[in-house]
Amino acid sequence: MGEFLHQLASGLALGGVYAIMALALVMIYQATHLINFAQGEMAMFSTYFAWKLMDLGEPYWFAFFATIVASFICGVVIERLVVRPFANAPILASVIVFIGLSLIFNSLAGWLYGFSVTSFDSPFNGRPWFGAGYMSAHEAGAIVVTLCVLALVYAFFRLTPLGLAMRAAAQNPVSSRLVGIRVGWMLAIGWGLAAAIGSVAGMMAAPIVYLDPNMMGGVLLYAFAGAVLGGIDNPFGAVFGGVAVGVLGNLIGAYLVGDEVKLSVALAIIIAVLVWRPSGLFGRRLVARV
Amino acid sequence: MADADSAPGALVAIAVAVFALAFPFAASGYHIYQGAQVLILAIALLGLNLLTGFNGQISLGHGAFFAIGSYGAAILMVKFGLPYWAAIPLASVVCFIAGFLFGFPALRFGGLYLALATFALAVATPQILSYKGFDALTGGSQGLTLAKPSVPFGIALTPDQWLYLVCLACAAAHYWAARNLVRGRIGRALVAIRDQPIAAETMGINAALYKTTCFGVSALYAGVAGGLSTLAVGFVSPESFGLALSLAFLVGIVVGGLASLGGALFGALFIEFVPNIADQLTVSFGEGAKALPGAIYGALLILVMAAMPTGVAGAARAAARAFAPSRQAKVEKGGVGVAVKYEGKEESP
Amino acid sequence: MSPPILETKGLEAWYGPARALHGVDFEVEDGGVTAVLGANGAGKTTILRALSGLIRRTGDIRFRGRPIGALATEDVARLGIAHVPDGRGTFVDLTVEENLRLGAYVRADRQSVRADFDRMFGLFPRLAERRRQQAGTLSGGEQQMLAIARALLMRPSLLMLDEPSFGLAPLVVAEIFRALGEINRDEGVSLLIVEQNASLALDLADRAVLIETGRVALSGPSQMIRADDAVRRAYLGY
Repeated sequence: MGEFLHQLASGLALGGVYAIMALALVMIYQATHLINFAQGEMAMFSTYFAWKLMDLGEPYWFAFFATIVASFICGVVIERLVVRPFANAPILASVIVFIGLSLIFNSLAGWLYGFSVTSFDSPFNGRPWFGAGYMSAHEAGAIVVTLCVLALVYAFFRLTPLGLAMRAAAQNPVSSRLVGIRVGWMLAIGWGLAAAIGSVAGMMAAPIVYLDPNMMGGVLLYAFAGAVLGGIDNPFGAVFGGVAVGVLGNLIGAYLVGDEVKLSVALAIIIAVLVWRPSGLFGRRLVARV
Repeated sequence: MADADSAPGALVAIAVAVFALAFPFAASGYHIYQGAQVLILAIALLGLNLLTGFNGQISLGHGAFFAIGSYGAAILMVKFGLPYWAAIPLASVVCFIAGFLFGFPALRFGGLYLALATFALAVATPQILSYKGFDALTGGSQGLTLAKPSVPFGIALTPDQWLYLVCLACAAAHYWAARNLVRGRIGRALVAIRDQPIAAETMGINAALYKTTCFGVSALYAGVAGGLSTLAVGFVSPESFGLALSLAFLVGIVVGGLASLGGALFGALFIEFVPNIADQLTVSFGEGAKALPGAIYGALLILVMAAMPTGVAGAARAAARAFAPSRQAKVEKGGVGVAVKYEGKEESP
Repeated sequence: MSPPILETKGLEAWYGPARALHGVDFEVEDGGVTAVLGANGAGKTTILRALSGLIRRTGDIRFRGRPIGALATEDVARLGIAHVPDGRGTFVDLTVEENLRLGAYVRADRQSVRADFDRMFGLFPRLAERRRQQAGTLSGGEQQMLAIARALLMRPSLLMLDEPSFGLAPLVVAEIFRALGEINRDEGVSLLIVEQNASLALDLADRAVLIETGRVALSGPSQMIRADDAVRRAYLGY
């Protein structure tokens, strides 16, 4: 039982990371109907940024928030410079551009910080924690941070005028323009937000999966699986999906097929969902008008 | 390579062929090996281009089919003692079936989700290959090693040269087959499905059949390439077949030219030599230069999409057309789809 | 006579490579009501889209004497031109309240926004009842009212409506046109109404423009248009 709880708990912690990444993916998808294949590499790069700040002597929480802000700005800039010119391009072109972005971030990180694996400190470890039997302090901290991020994002979109304008711009860009919303900037801010929360996911994941330029490949795949499972156009679904993938992945890995094939489990989830229920558990059923 | 029906195109094709044939007799062992690699990659790129360039199905996971061909051939040769000229075709048939089967769920996915699913496939492949349950066959994370094929009938060639010529023959045959496919009814149907899928269906084209078969054929090409690669390299291991391989293929067809068969050669040259050159640069510039191929790939993907959606081959064709306009209707056009220029969304009244 | 709040000279518009308007001239008086009439596909909706910058257009378009032909849609809206598109343009997944708040998005003065909200609910009581309801579940008539209310919350000087009567029951249409008349008289909001229901539009309008295949066929005071024989037979049905 103890082992089960442990797997469950760490599955929740990882699931939180996946949920945040899935949320970032959904945010961009809702606004642009595109999947940002570079989300993982951007998060990884942000995590290295945080690591560098700490390496230079800055305290953890300063690095944490500075990274979030820097990632936001970076996301806005990328949307304006790289994504925007391809706004009306065929899907293949956008996919290629995103892959290009991911390659650039990956190699930039490798060039700046080297390709070897580094450790990344967690602000939570080292403190006494009552649940230490079931999960590490970092895992507990990661869950708390995840919940905070989700709550803040929810509050932003539901309660602020800017959040409302962004939702409107994503749903109906033409009507949004007609009421004076600068849709282009809404998209840019969306990218910035996605990059910002992606950086949180990276910083929460790094103590668990260790820091190296390829750390987010697997995380991104699990996030994809979560977003697809929950419904790629539904933020709540994405969060649920991310957590589900985290927990299920851990349990299936521990009790059924072994840890080494968890990625294949994610692949299987993606294919299964896309074949049987493409809109995911909570997404909207899409009908193409002929 | 420009359109070989026109005079300049035919000249280029002949020049390339002559060079390719003469090459193994003029170059040294390692360069011959590199030449063989280029031909191998070209076959894989031809296959991927058929699927993504001509038929519009985005695959970010062709490394997986390459792996099936590679491992398949290796297993058949090492564990079952088959000769290479039987193992590779057999492995490629397995790839065809795998691709064809993958094509069925792919029908449901559509563009972006197919990209996602194939991306997942690429990321998961090394893990699947090193799965402990398959260890007996695959050799686990150690992989399998095999010897280079010997030259038959005592012909006066080195094993390297023989291998190169085998690859050349395969590449030529596959190119010829692809070219005929593309220029015929099937090719037009594939492009029609890419550009106007609904209209194509209403015209009686069985899109499902074409698309799944196209998937199978492109997987077959990747499988042949994989099998040949096993021969050339002499061993297989899970790490060689990760996401990076699939993305390199993507870079190859984008740089060479989407929906351009001739561009496959250029794309193959590109993805073979850029990492090579970067490796050499590490000597002068240190470990950081290892990051160069990724950065170049990434930057080029974006730049090519922005400036030259039809890739190098398309640009060369456009230049050739400026000198000798051909009146023949071309199937090998803007491989990204209907709209090559991204001006603005078309509004309907 | 104050200058027209909106005037166009030689307005042309394109859908991609196809030209849909071939040089349209007309004007809307400041505080007046202009009706745009014509058959299906004549180009009436195209005119509004061109004015809002939703499609490619050329020609001289002046709002309060100032050229706006090069402005992006959101900037045209911020100048005080509210466009209620055909199909209402409702944000179907948002609530009625959220739809209205979006109308007031560009306004900074919270007090008068709150006052305007009250006025809108007074003008269209049914919206008040359905405040928290998802806008997509409203009936056609209610969505039309919602679209108009949202546009009015922008405090526009010019309100452009595309077929406000489309698909609505006569009683609802009467209610809407009564409200439009009120808005024009009491608040001086100029109206540009595209309508297939010519009789209805001519009742409200003081000027009218008749569009045929992207060109102005006839324009003038609405009395004159109404009296014209050809118009009577083709568009008024008698």
